[in-house]
Amino acid sequence: MAATVSKTSYATPSGRVIELDVPHWPGNLAGQHLDVRLTSEDGYQAARSYSIASVGSGLVELAVDRIPDGEVSPYLTMDIMPGDQLEVRGPLGGWFVWREGATEPVQLIGGGSGVVPLMAMMRQHAAAASAVPFRLLYSARTDDDAFYAKEIDDLAGPALDVTWIYTRKGPGSWTGPIGRLTRETLAAAVIPAAENPAVFVCGPTPFVEAVASWLVELGHDPARVKTERFGGA
Amino acid sequence: MAVISRGFTGRRREPGPDLPPGQFLTRDFPVLSAGPTPEVDTADWQFSIRTDDATLHTWSWDEMMALPIETVDTDIHCVTRWSKLGTTWRGVSLDTLFADVETTDEFVMAHSYGGYTTNLPLEDLLDGKAWLAFEFDGEPLEPEHGGPVRLLVPHLYFWKSAKWIRGLEMQQQDEPGFWEQNGYHTYGDPWREERYS
Repeated sequence: MAATVSKTSYATPSGRVIELDVPHWPGNLAGQHLDVRLTSEDGYQAARSYSIASVGSGLVELAVDRIPDGEVSPYLTMDIMPGDQLEVRGPLGGWFVWREGATEPVQLIGGGSGVVPLMAMMRQHAAAASAVPFRLLYSARTDDDAFYAKEIDDLAGPALDVTWIYTRKGPGSWTGPIGRLTRETLAAAVIPAAENPAVFVCGPTPFVEAVASWLVELGHDPARVKTERFGGA
Repeated sequence: MAVISRGFTGRRREPGPDLPPGQFLTRDFPVLSAGPTPEVDTADWQFSIRTDDATLHTWSWDEMMALPIETVDTDIHCVTRWSKLGTTWRGVSLDTLFADVETTDEFVMAHSYGGYTTNLPLEDLLDGKAWLAFEFDGEPLEPEHGGPVRLLVPHLYFWKSAKWIRGLEMQQQDEPGFWEQNGYHTYGDPWREERYS
């Protein structure tokens, strides 16, 4: 499917939010991803998968973090401008998704750019004014590195409980701890296993490995912990 | 007719004959799993093949280790587009495990600890094409990569190489497994780019 970049903005020092106009986009569920394919003038092609931050049809929003030695992400985060064209295929994946009709409480846990598919879930939850309890635990290196920080702050409230973890530096007003997420902090922040939440964890592999094992130790049913990992082990 | 992306040149890592279409080379070993990594102790580990008449062929860890072990040098290709060339594994050939199995079924559902499943035609597991692998690059297979034992079917996309393998169930029809029910191709040949259904 042909897509045209309609808008870009800097999300973090190394990440960019990209809005795509995809006339034939059939819509997507919250949490799905797509393949982006780039073609150079001489026909060379490269494709990668990215999570979708938006839900619905027509406009598709991606938030891409730059991998320094990557092939596609440097182009998407540094070179791309409104009016540029690329191809997308999707939506893809039917597992790591939240459907509006689901009634169980939802615990979202994101590390770094892993918050992107969770953002789609939070946006759908907010747009539907859903009464389903939603909680987010978001770990970022610093406040500058957090994707969608302002939007998450705006969404936070009775409908969405938010816990921030900063591993290096928090915002100026931050009085909480600085450092990696621990099992104790996780246990205190997440919806207890007894409430049978649906849990979505997305982030770098070591983060997801640690969080998912702790959740199981804390009594969460492994079948209810859905994960998406990126990067090597 | 491809859409040209202005100013995109790419890295031009030479694709080479070993790289299936749409794949890129990585030296990393990325991890893709749908849920938490299950903890499986080799003392409790068991592998079984279940046939249509409900006959169960079962091996413990020690019984598997007593079988002929092969070294496998192969390339692996993940549907998320990374490929890793020249990996070395050690494991037991599925030919060895199927030697005494009588079945008329042509399809297999692989089952893993943790509940993962994936479907394959039986012929893709035989004739030196598939192994139960427990060592990667000279080390015991790490849990996040499927240890203690994973299925290794390197001629198909790597989601077919089920991590934390616990058994194979013979089936008459090619029923879809976990990812196959979630939008991915039923067969998954990387050379024909069979990524999605």
